[in-house]
Amino acid sequence: MGISRSNIRLLGRARLLLPAGLLLLSASLGCGQTTNSCLDCHSALPDPLGVSQEKFSQDIHAQRGLTCASCHGGDPTSDDADKAMSRKAGWKGKIDRKQIPQLCGSCHSDPAYMRQFNPSLRTDQLSQYTTSVHGKRFAAGDGKVAVCTDCHSVHDLRPPSDSRSTVNPVNVANTCSHCHADVGYMSAYKIPTNQFAEYSKSVHHDALMVRGDLSAPTCTTCHGNHGAAPPGVDKVQNVCSNCHTFQAQMYEKSSHKEAFQAVSLPGCVVCHGNHGISHPTEAKLGTGPDAVCMQCHTPGDACDQARAGLQRALGQLDEAIKSADQVLSVAESSGMDVSEARLGQDQARDSLTKARVTIHSFRTDLVDQDIQAGLKIAAKNLQAGKKAMAERNYRRVGLGISLGAIALVLVGLRLYIKQIES
Amino acid sequence: MIPQRTMYNWLDERLGWDALIAPLRKKTVPLHRLSYWYFLGGITLFLFVIQVLTGILLILYYRPGANEAFESVQYIMTQVQFGWLIRSIHSWSANLMIFTAFAHMFSVLFLKAYRKPRELTWVTGVILLFLVMGFGFSGYLLPWNTLAFFATKVGTEITGQVPVIGKPVMIFLRGGEEVSGATLTRFFGFHVAVLPGLATLLILLHLLLVQRVGISVPPKLEMEWDANPAAKREMKFFPNFMLRELMAWYVALGVLGALAAVFPWNLGVKADPFVPAPAGIKPEWYFLFMFQTLKLIPPKVWLIDGEVLGILAFGLIGLLWLLLPFFESDQPSSTKRWITGVAVFALAYGAAMSVYGYFAQ
Repeated sequence: MGISRSNIRLLGRARLLLPAGLLLLSASLGCGQTTNSCLDCHSALPDPLGVSQEKFSQDIHAQRGLTCASCHGGDPTSDDADKAMSRKAGWKGKIDRKQIPQLCGSCHSDPAYMRQFNPSLRTDQLSQYTTSVHGKRFAAGDGKVAVCTDCHSVHDLRPPSDSRSTVNPVNVANTCSHCHADVGYMSAYKIPTNQFAEYSKSVHHDALMVRGDLSAPTCTTCHGNHGAAPPGVDKVQNVCSNCHTFQAQMYEKSSHKEAFQAVSLPGCVVCHGNHGISHPTEAKLGTGPDAVCMQCHTPGDACDQARAGLQRALGQLDEAIKSADQVLSVAESSGMDVSEARLGQDQARDSLTKARVTIHSFRTDLVDQDIQAGLKIAAKNLQAGKKAMAERNYRRVGLGISLGAIALVLVGLRLYIKQIES
Repeated sequence: MIPQRTMYNWLDERLGWDALIAPLRKKTVPLHRLSYWYFLGGITLFLFVIQVLTGILLILYYRPGANEAFESVQYIMTQVQFGWLIRSIHSWSANLMIFTAFAHMFSVLFLKAYRKPRELTWVTGVILLFLVMGFGFSGYLLPWNTLAFFATKVGTEITGQVPVIGKPVMIFLRGGEEVSGATLTRFFGFHVAVLPGLATLLILLHLLLVQRVGISVPPKLEMEWDANPAAKREMKFFPNFMLRELMAWYVALGVLGALAAVFPWNLGVKADPFVPAPAGIKPEWYFLFMFQTLKLIPPKVWLIDGEVLGILAFGLIGLLWLLLPFFESDQPSSTKRWITGVAVFALAYGAAMSVYGYFAQ
């Protein structure tokens, strides 16, 4: 690196006045802060030895009173670099990558120690890690797989609740993609590297990143975090059912469950895909490029007819809702109060959503119940819209007659004035 | 004897009717190229009467209370026969009345009709304008919708900024620390009892003063007519002017009907005190010039809070505005041009700030 201990010492001495002054000031103001003289020098060093005061102050460990010495050892109270970084003082220097999980675990796996900072924080991260694909490969001597600092970063490690944290829900996919989207880095593992690209187009990404719904899934929601592993083929629906409860319940009772199991098909992802799950539309039930049923079923068979019936029924309800919406919008823009029918439209939309969920039972009679309920509500709302439009027209006719009468009175008054003044 | 005549005589014997309406028979209106401005006061009065009549009809169904107000107005708009028409006319007429009241005030200013001996007519008129704005502020809250709720919150908060008396006045207006159902019932009381009572008294006084001192003519014309009385042109108030005024009222009625039928007054969404205020909340258009001015004043002007300074400045301007006739010359030959300048500036400033406030984010 070309930076000797003596250079560091000189730099440290040259910069001694300012930190010393600040230390004195903070002490005089009663700001009790743990002494951490390491940063006096390291804040002036280039990467990878450099850690700025500003960067380290963002770190959750620094905020909770830990210093460089908590991980690296040494004596942070000494201004003398030789003493501060002496093996005698327990200085470890750069932490060997192989030691990282154990080093982090030395605190994070100790419930008694962690309780003082956050009693609700889990302390099973290390044991989970050892069960993960990352942990297993790491134990087998693979130094390329992720360790704690790869995902959580180091020296500016923020809690997951901080939106700037690398493990905040909005940043998780990006963090995983650093390795998993790197074709060169992943080539040895022979697994796809398009997961991030696929996920970025998915309905889940849209919910999380566009709509800002922090409960929407990211990589760790389905794969786990410290115990990250791909869900097994027969466990996929268990993963999806954590959120999509009703769909899972319907699927569990359906004929497709057994059929898929018989040929080792992985449940939900057969029709919906995995990382690139798109917004499901009625086209999935169709025969076009997005169709899924006809990938297995034969055209013209009983299932094909049921599929066509389901697609028709969903389309019919969708159309009915749109028609009512259109009439209600015109009525509303004409100033008519159709708030009740608008509220009713939400119920009709709920019926459509329910029918789409019921599709997972693969039973036309159950889907039809939801469709009929929705059609009834949409028809009522359409009627309310038409009634509002009829009322609007009635008002306008009334206005025309009234304005005509007023015009007649005005002409009469004008003539009368003319008469009495002539 | 025809029945009408009998009835007239019967009333005259008991009320001295003839003597009572004698001044009206003699009353004249000056006739010149700017005479049409005289209709504005009458139109404002007509709209006030419309407000009273439609207001009485609305009270038959309106229920003041945080849990009932919105629903009762919704009921009026959707279920009551012609309820939508009555409420829409009431809302549109309120806005038109404020507009015509402002227009009437500025016409009086530009025609210099506030000069001696009409100072008190001006004072009662300006107080009436303030009352009309009070009608607008209190009535706006009554449907208890989101916009009204937060506009009232902002409006009363501004009142609370006035030094010394601000906080107690704000609590008095709100009926507590926050805008709540108590504010609604309070505003309802102001809107249907206190303000109408005061306004009716002041309108009677205003009309009495107009009757006593007659209708003013612009200073230049006054001098011409004084120099040459033969050039003076007049119209009999009754029936000639009254019939023309009646035509103006019919036109106003037509405009009101058209606005109510084509653009029924929106009800909005029921107020929820627990949701955050919608972005860009603004008061009604007639308060916009003040609201926007307060927004533009820096937070601190010297050592004084900017908003407090703005409120105090508006208070002082309002007081000076009320006393404006007392700064004017008694003689038509030497009227103060600066007062016209102030009027032009006030009109331009009010209009520009209102437009700016309307489009500002």
